[in-house]
Amino acid sequence: MNLLWLQASGCGGCTMSLICAENPNVFDTLADAGIRVLWHPALSVETGAETRALLDDIALGETLLDLLCIEGAIARGPRGTGRYQMLTGTGRSMMEWVRDLAPRARHVVAVGSCAAFGGVTTAGDNPSDAVGMQYEGRHSGGLLSADFRDATGLPVINVAGCPTHPGWVLETLMLLAAGALRAQDLDGYARPRFFADHLVHHGCPKNEFYEYKASARELSEMGCMMEHLGCIGTQAVGDCNIRPWNGAGSCTSGGYPCINCTAPEFENPRHAFTQTPKVAGIPVGLPTDMPKAWFMALASLSKAATPHRLARNAISDRVDVPPSLRKPRP
Amino acid sequence: MSDARLVVGPFNRVEGDLEVHLDIRDGAVASARVNAPLYRGFERMLEGRNPHDALTITPRICGICSISQSAAAARALGDAMGLQPAPEGARMAALIHAVENVCDHLTHFYLFFMPDFTRPAYQGQDWHAAVVQRFTAMEGSGARRAVEARASLMHILGLMAGKWPHTLAIQPGGVTRTPTAAERVRIVATLRGFRRFMEAELFGRTLEEFVALPSQDALLDWHAGDAGLFLRAAASLDLVRMGAGAGRYLSFGAYPLPEGFGFARGLWQAGALTEVPLSDIVEDVSHAWMLGAAAHPSRGMTEPDEYMRDPAYSWCKAPRLAGAPVECGALARQVIDGHPLACDLAARGGGVLARVGARLLEIARTQLLMEDLAQTIDPDARFMAKGGVPAHGEGAGLVEAARGALGHWLRVEGGRIASYQIIAPTTWNFSPRDADEVPGPLEAALVGAAVAQGEKTPLSVQHIVRSFDPCMVCTVH
Repeated sequence: MNLLWLQASGCGGCTMSLICAENPNVFDTLADAGIRVLWHPALSVETGAETRALLDDIALGETLLDLLCIEGAIARGPRGTGRYQMLTGTGRSMMEWVRDLAPRARHVVAVGSCAAFGGVTTAGDNPSDAVGMQYEGRHSGGLLSADFRDATGLPVINVAGCPTHPGWVLETLMLLAAGALRAQDLDGYARPRFFADHLVHHGCPKNEFYEYKASARELSEMGCMMEHLGCIGTQAVGDCNIRPWNGAGSCTSGGYPCINCTAPEFENPRHAFTQTPKVAGIPVGLPTDMPKAWFMALASLSKAATPHRLARNAISDRVDVPPSLRKPRP
Repeated sequence: MSDARLVVGPFNRVEGDLEVHLDIRDGAVASARVNAPLYRGFERMLEGRNPHDALTITPRICGICSISQSAAAARALGDAMGLQPAPEGARMAALIHAVENVCDHLTHFYLFFMPDFTRPAYQGQDWHAAVVQRFTAMEGSGARRAVEARASLMHILGLMAGKWPHTLAIQPGGVTRTPTAAERVRIVATLRGFRRFMEAELFGRTLEEFVALPSQDALLDWHAGDAGLFLRAAASLDLVRMGAGAGRYLSFGAYPLPEGFGFARGLWQAGALTEVPLSDIVEDVSHAWMLGAAAHPSRGMTEPDEYMRDPAYSWCKAPRLAGAPVECGALARQVIDGHPLACDLAARGGGVLARVGARLLEIARTQLLMEDLAQTIDPDARFMAKGGVPAHGEGAGLVEAARGALGHWLRVEGGRIASYQIIAPTTWNFSPRDADEVPGPLEAALVGAAVAQGEKTPLSVQHIVRSFDPCMVCTVH
């Protein structure tokens, strides 16, 4: 299969994350999956006129395109012209190019939350009037209409995340190359379920603090960040705490909250990212699928049962109290 | 050759979108105009938000300089708060930042810059076959080893910053995570692995030998490793003279540590080092599709001209320091830090060889800095100092990204961000003309570049542009 990657209105961070792939590296992984990169803006040798010729050939249908990866949102401004991002050297906007190329591709992959939903590029008042490939925030229908389907019946595949984990992108591409990604393998926002069926909470290193509602009050403290510091890992999809980032990490293991970056509209949470909104002192927002009454009951019970070790460590920047050892039998 | 106009784009293997317009006369570039064709409006997104949100939003300006943006935001907030980071927090933040900068330099050398020398146009050169073997885009053995070494080095970021890019680990008071003693030695081990890669493949000899090079002549005699391949190409293609700079260099100072900067702050012009006149920074908008007037960033605004009127030709504003353009980046930093090799490279023109050579020098020197930090960071200390953002206040965060001087200027009113202005390294380097029609550093460096008959995307132009390692997503933001 061949692949064309375009960087629309975004930061390029999903590409930068992609080349962090390990064992094997990104180039070997793609080659081994039979994926040939026609052009990538950061990685290919071709530039300028050579690239324009390639894009023209694809747009005219003379070069058949299998995989179209779009990274970044699509700028529609100013005034609907798309001229906040011109595809350089072509005199045409990225918006027009992507609209032309998408129907030519066997599959269209939106890489990152900007391409999927608009993402950070649409933060605040969305200064560039940007939009996702097939979503505008939570609403279906973006640059492409809600009923867009590729030749195999798939919608735009939303490998959401800010940034995306290299494994999410590469596994999606490998599944597509193998003809093994079906409509039922995507969730309600067209995100591949192999990562979207997990919550960031799964495997979070702060789980024991969560269980007892032993909360950090400030960043750098070890406790759970749900109650005070804006963490919504119990509601966010992603296997971030199951597969490591950069060999070792995740947001919560790094000591800062999950901000639900795989979700549409995460960029405008209506409160500070690192503060939990509360009503009458009680955090707003429940863990996914948790009945409110039960959550309240269990939370108050577990808070009352918090072991000394967790209460102390939760508000410390390091383990103050180690786990107790069993006494030897007499 | 007759006169011609060329538009070069899509200009790839740079971060983000770039278009270069060239007027060609007598087989050389007579004048150049540089267009940053993407506007997103990050400064506007931040207005009205909680000041802490800058730490989440600004790293997402750029996926390659993400930690630099984060460090600048943390410093700007800290300045407004009157808060200094905890000393060990500052040292860990410097280590995290240094990892990103070294990775960016490595990415530039192996993936962005060197593939140009694999082109068939250089087939007759005695280094060409070796360069093809090492640097062919997405296939070369060097490219593959480099992404592996880069990914391994970034394990330090996984461990201490949660992930890369877009970490929230760097805060005004320090870093969010306290390392254990065992994690510190793991960092040391990761750095040893990276050194092993560099000494075996990038430099082919010890880092200390490379850092000890005293002059351009000594550098050009270095034939070991992948660096040696570049230097052989540089000598045969006369990259010394190609893309010369104006010799005016800015650095905000890299890695602010309790004991001082890792690499010094300063302004270098006419062969002399002075303080940076920070109040004399002005962003000119005469040739940017921006409304308003020239202003210091603490009083600046970002109001795009939706009609993209002439004579503007870029979304990039034109920052000027005391009225003149300045170049920033690894060469500027190493000159201002007084390294003899960098000073000699700058004195002999500061062109393509100088910029890329200084970047290699900085990779080696930064590794030494990282090793020192990892050896001496004290896990028993505090890594975070406490403080609150005032309801009203101003702050500036000045750091060195891989590509040069990065500044954030913040004003808080009523507990909300009232103004946020950013000048990124490539805003300096790839600025358009100013009101006096003075071109930006790249525009000036391109004048005189050779263009062969029939070239649509001149190779010399590609070498010069990429020697700056531009980051276009940061440029306009």
